[in-house]
Amino acid sequence: MLKEIQQSELATTVWEQLENVSDPELDEPITDMGFVERVEVFTSEKVEVDFRLPTYWCSPNFAFLMAFGIRQEVEKLNWVREVTVTLKDHCFDVQVNEGVNGSCSFDEVFSKYCNGEELESVNLKFLEKAFIRRQETVLLALQQAGLSAEAIVSMTLGEFDLIEFQGEEEVRQKPRYRSLLVSRQLASGSDDPAFVTWTGQRIEAGNLRQHLSELRSVRINMEFNGALCRGLSNTRYKEVEIGPDGPTLVDFIQGRVPPQNFESV
Amino acid sequence: MYKTEDGREIFVLDGHTHFWDGSPENQANVHGKQFIDCFYAYHTNLSPAEELWEKSKFEKYTADDVYRDLFIDGPDDMAIIQSTYLSDFYKNGFSSIERSSEMASRHPERFIVNGTFDPRDGEKALEYIHYMKENFDIQGVKMYTAEWNGDSKGWALNDPAAYKCFELCDKLGIRNIHVHKGPTIIPLNKDAFDVHDVDYAATDFQNLNWIIEHCGLPRLDDFCWIATQETNVYAGLAVALPFIHSRPRYFGEVMAELLWWVGEDKLLFGSDYAIWTPAWLVDQLWNYQIPEDISAERGGVQLTDEVKEKILGLNAASLYGIDAAAKLKQLNASPIQVAAE
Repeated sequence: MLKEIQQSELATTVWEQLENVSDPELDEPITDMGFVERVEVFTSEKVEVDFRLPTYWCSPNFAFLMAFGIRQEVEKLNWVREVTVTLKDHCFDVQVNEGVNGSCSFDEVFSKYCNGEELESVNLKFLEKAFIRRQETVLLALQQAGLSAEAIVSMTLGEFDLIEFQGEEEVRQKPRYRSLLVSRQLASGSDDPAFVTWTGQRIEAGNLRQHLSELRSVRINMEFNGALCRGLSNTRYKEVEIGPDGPTLVDFIQGRVPPQNFESV
Repeated sequence: MYKTEDGREIFVLDGHTHFWDGSPENQANVHGKQFIDCFYAYHTNLSPAEELWEKSKFEKYTADDVYRDLFIDGPDDMAIIQSTYLSDFYKNGFSSIERSSEMASRHPERFIVNGTFDPRDGEKALEYIHYMKENFDIQGVKMYTAEWNGDSKGWALNDPAAYKCFELCDKLGIRNIHVHKGPTIIPLNKDAFDVHDVDYAATDFQNLNWIIEHCGLPRLDDFCWIATQETNVYAGLAVALPFIHSRPRYFGEVMAELLWWVGEDKLLFGSDYAIWTPAWLVDQLWNYQIPEDISAERGGVQLTDEVKEKILGLNAASLYGIDAAAKLKQLNASPIQVAAE
């Protein structure tokens, strides 16, 4: 049995753990997007997480992926005995909630409700997008810092690790880029090149510009979705207007984000 | 018409507007409510604060509102009113050709009313196309591939049933096929707004003009790739345009891609009224330049005055057989009726 003080500490660790779940299309943590509405830890070491999406129509694929991600991340905490994930106010909420909390495998659930698509391949598709966006950010920063194309494409992972970026976005994306690079085994040792394509190809100095233009076109699409999603969630749930960038973890923990109000503005 | 600072008169044909009824009285179910709520969220999210409407007006505005917002307060000379039924969500349709045509009949010189059909209706769809041609002499239609219809949550332009409809459109001279390919709002189908079906339809129907509203966003790269290869594919800028206010640099990136791949002769202005009003959009567009570093990455493309004039009206005028200079003259000769009633 947990004591009250433990409960609130553990709730904080759940919130932190949820930072590892990203909106698959935007590659932004769902906690930053304001999607997580409620985290509750019970004395029985059970955890409940409620989340919601910017519109009633948000793609069911994404809803499933985020629901699965939430459960997987929370289950990684060794004290957790049971997790219930609840998606609210969504045209597919019943199916998502049954799927994520039921006994069927995620693969089966996903395939059943998402036109037979394979969870793994959809996951990979979004990881690729995330990789592209993170890579573009650091590449542009290096270019801006005056590095030649030759210097950039020949940079090793060890050299990359020593770089200190100034801009907020570059600082944020550098470790995220590195972690994908390593987890996808695109680079491992410090002598490996820091910049390769998603399929592991080296980038020629003469092709860097073309490579960047391909990354840009993917990012333009992601940014469009991101701008709409943030805006729509702000207007759908108008209480999520705390601060210029939406609610922060602190806002949620301190209960400043009131329960959802289903009425639109 | 939009009057520039140096006194030039720019012809404005607003390629994408609606006269909808999303009011609770017309909503058939919760989906009808959610749909108009979603539109309203777009409106509140991307409009400048001083342009915001109250929810009840947004749900159902009047014929006078349309005339004032587009032609008196707004710079439009003409507007294309699109039809979208969403019959599973709205009792009398969201924006029907009958209601729009009645509104437009007060100022026929200013409106082009387009129809719509649902190929999944089979024979009935064909009959309906005949009905629209005979009764409203339509020159174009608006396609909504993500519309629900019973168990179906979407369709594709290259479905066999759709091809039958497009064959009939071709035969009857309904040449302008506007297709909503934009943000996913009803995605229960795998992806009913995916743009790949445009590639097939545009290749197989060379006589028809395919105007892709919202330029495929958020699938701009796919759309550009297709549009580059097809001579009869155009981009409608509705939804992309309001970013000029909230994210001007991002808007520049989108325009640079479109100008580079699709070209200045194939981009059409659309306010998406009543989600946004044309006055501020046109004003901001006329005063906008693509940032130099973005332009440099795309061969120096730029929104020059000539390019803007094409986008704002000349490109759409040529699709609809309108002589822009003569139209401006005609409209100038009959001053705007401030009291429309």
